[in-house]
Amino acid sequence: MVKEKIKVENFNLYFKDKKVLNNINLSIFENKVTAIIGPSGCGKSTLIRSFNRMNDFYNAKVDGKIIFDGININDRNIDLSNLRTKIGMVFQKPNPFPFSIYDNVAFGLKVKGINDKSFIDEKVVKSLKDVWLYDEIKDRLFDSAMSLSGGQQQRLCIARALANDPEVLLLDEPTSALDPKSTQKIEELLEVLKKKLTIIIVTHNIAQAGRVSDYTLFIYLGEIVEFGETKKMFTAPENKKTEEYITGIFG
Amino acid sequence: MRKFKEFSFEFFIYLSTLITIISLFIFLIPIFKNGYKGIFPEFLFTFPKNGMTEGGIFPAIVGTFYLTILSTFFSFPVGIITAIYLAEYGKPKFLVDMIRTSISTLSGIPSIIFGLFGLSFFVVRFSLEVSLLSGSLTLAILSLPIIIRSVEESLKSVPVTFKEAAYSLGCSKFETIYKVSIPVAFPNILTSLILSIGRVAGETAPIMFTAATLYSRRLPKSLSSEVMAIPYHIYGLVTEGVSPEKQIPIAYKSAFVLLLLVLIVNLSAIIIRQKLRRQRRW
Repeated sequence: MVKEKIKVENFNLYFKDKKVLNNINLSIFENKVTAIIGPSGCGKSTLIRSFNRMNDFYNAKVDGKIIFDGININDRNIDLSNLRTKIGMVFQKPNPFPFSIYDNVAFGLKVKGINDKSFIDEKVVKSLKDVWLYDEIKDRLFDSAMSLSGGQQQRLCIARALANDPEVLLLDEPTSALDPKSTQKIEELLEVLKKKLTIIIVTHNIAQAGRVSDYTLFIYLGEIVEFGETKKMFTAPENKKTEEYITGIFG
Repeated sequence: MRKFKEFSFEFFIYLSTLITIISLFIFLIPIFKNGYKGIFPEFLFTFPKNGMTEGGIFPAIVGTFYLTILSTFFSFPVGIITAIYLAEYGKPKFLVDMIRTSISTLSGIPSIIFGLFGLSFFVVRFSLEVSLLSGSLTLAILSLPIIIRSVEESLKSVPVTFKEAAYSLGCSKFETIYKVSIPVAFPNILTSLILSIGRVAGETAPIMFTAATLYSRRLPKSLSSEVMAIPYHIYGLVTEGVSPEKQIPIAYKSAFVLLLLVLIVNLSAIIIRQKLRRQRRW
């Protein structure tokens, strides 16, 4: 029933000579939420940034394969622009551009070279509606995005990514800078969004992984300790380390 | 004892600040006192008469304006592009090191040397004569290090998170620079550029041998004309001529006008920055 969206095979990642991710093998399933959990410095963020090649900026060296849409995205000569529009990303700290709300959402479309004003207008409104932001800000679409609250800014960043029609959405600790209420809203949002796309979320918050995800991946010291259905992992983890982390014995 | 240390430290802080402010006023007061009378409109809009002993400084104002604006035509593009290279590309290392060494060397050279360089290079070697063009080129080189450094600083102050966002939305490096980095840094870039104009407008030595003439009854007609310029005019009034008692008051007035111009330029830079910053906060 579940369909594989991304497949990771024997994936290793190095910064300089330091091995940060070791022999990662993994499947990401379509229309599911996969949570990546683990203690600080274990390689969670590095792993999620591997899916859209954001580690390139830190001179990462990789080997092994990450197969998406039948191609290995680690290939030297893939179209990175195209990859990053298909696999969108939302960051830890809300980072809307200091432009208007409208320009933020339209940004990706304009980069793609789309000039059709009515198409962009439509897409902006739809993306904002998809993140339940439109009704809150429909009268001030052309105000600076900086005037929004932290939670609204983060939803705007999700809308900005959605405007590109991505197939996969990467969220790197999207709620760690937000208050509980905004966090709840984003968690509910993921529930809806996963009907249309595949979601991978890194989180520090174990309870959040339990609430939002279908699959959970526990990494420790750059290696996968356990990967499986969230329900199962949270009730009957196979590995002792996983159990200790989930129950808060270390972390 | 600790109290005493604290007290004496604060005392020196206030003293130093006070000295700075007082020297500014000691410097400004005589110029304002002797210079403000009869400025408007005759002095600003008439030509000098009787060998600089009467009349106004209209051609000097126009000359300074031309020199400054023309120099930005050369210095802005080169300066901005170099700054982008240093801030955003910064590879290979040996080239960057070479550029940085050149910039710091350039900024340490006394301005009279720029004047002599302009004379031998533009005026003589390239046969551009003593002209508006030679002078602006010399001024452009003089202002390059200031422009490059401040524009680079502006670009570097753009948060990395904005660039990451741009890349994650499919931007190439070039698109990230011109769709995000430059627009975000724009208020600061604009301010630095305007401030560099203020700096260039007051330079005397670089234009002495390359562009300026002491006395002209006409406005510059082309790029190859000699021009009058306010700073050099002041220098001439004080050091040359036969009737200092008539020339010194004119020098004061000219100094007042020059100060006012630079002040207006700097003030407009501050206002523009404030205005643009209010719209972009992060």
